[in-house]
Amino acid sequence: MKFLKQFMILLLFCAIGELLKELLPLPVPASVYGLLLLLLCLWKGIVKIEQVKQAALFLIEIMPVMFIPAGVALTQSWDSLQPILLPAVVIIVVTTILVMAVTGMVSQKMMTGETKEHE
Amino acid sequence: MNDFWTNTVFFGALISLLAYEVGLLARKKLKLALFNPLLIAVLCVMAANRVLGVDYEHYNRGGQYLSYLMTPATVALAVPLYEQLHLLKKNWKAVLGGISAGVLAGAGGIWALSKLFGLQHEQYVTFLPKSITTAIGMDVSAQLGGVVAITTATIIITGILGNVIAEGVFYVFKIHEPVARGLALGNSAHAIGTAKAMELGPVEGAMSSLAIVVAGVMTVVAASVFAHAL
Repeated sequence: MKFLKQFMILLLFCAIGELLKELLPLPVPASVYGLLLLLLCLWKGIVKIEQVKQAALFLIEIMPVMFIPAGVALTQSWDSLQPILLPAVVIIVVTTILVMAVTGMVSQKMMTGETKEHE
Repeated sequence: MNDFWTNTVFFGALISLLAYEVGLLARKKLKLALFNPLLIAVLCVMAANRVLGVDYEHYNRGGQYLSYLMTPATVALAVPLYEQLHLLKKNWKAVLGGISAGVLAGAGGIWALSKLFGLQHEQYVTFLPKSITTAIGMDVSAQLGGVVAITTATIIITGILGNVIAEGVFYVFKIHEPVARGLALGNSAHAIGTAKAMELGPVEGAMSSLAIVVAGVMTVVAASVFAHAL
């Protein structure tokens, strides 16, 4: 029962996220509103971490599985992707590595810079 | 009998979980980054659907229940993020610096390659939101006049690719700080990258979740500026 109640709280935040998405004219998805709102409630102590933790960690653990249908859906967009396949592949591969490397290196550099200042 | 297995509403979810088990087993037996459970699962399901003659719509009658959990799972990312909030307070400059550098590098890279390939404006803006979470990316693409179906496909391919290559990229570019690894995964490969970050550790997972949110917001702004460049 505890688990069910935790899942219910998460679904409640999803629903509030949907509501905010309807009301606010920003390009923010319901899930991001829900995430920020839950974080705020945890921070302010309105929701206790024990009230959602187990269900949350379970959902996060099985997250990769949730992307399988979206991945399989690629067979549906094959026709529209085919004419620009070469630029698409090059852009995806190059920029994914680029974003990953730049983000990692810059933040790592700025972190070690900060620690050195304190020393 | 064959018809029964493919007609049941449970087929899509069942075959997906089965394929994921195959992926987990392959990773355990063949310790290679290319044997990524998600990638293997997607390929197995595609193959199974083709062999059994199941079309996507039919597969998705069961598969949609897995996709349904994506929103609650994203909301659930608030939990690890909350537990690592002290890290954010301590490293907020590195967090913002790293994410904005990555967002700009991504947009700049897409612009340069689009110019190189002589892409039209419509194709260029289709690729601009490729590193952010699907829900935001689709909106950005639509608003800038891109082709939403292709944007969605690129976002998914980007996520799976990021999930597969992360450990190799970290090795080559000597990225060893858990905070930096998490930010890099979330910024380049959104929620699918975050699934990988969660496997690496709780700090990586929390920072990756954070990067999804911050990068999403920054990309909305950056993409609308960069859209005028081509």
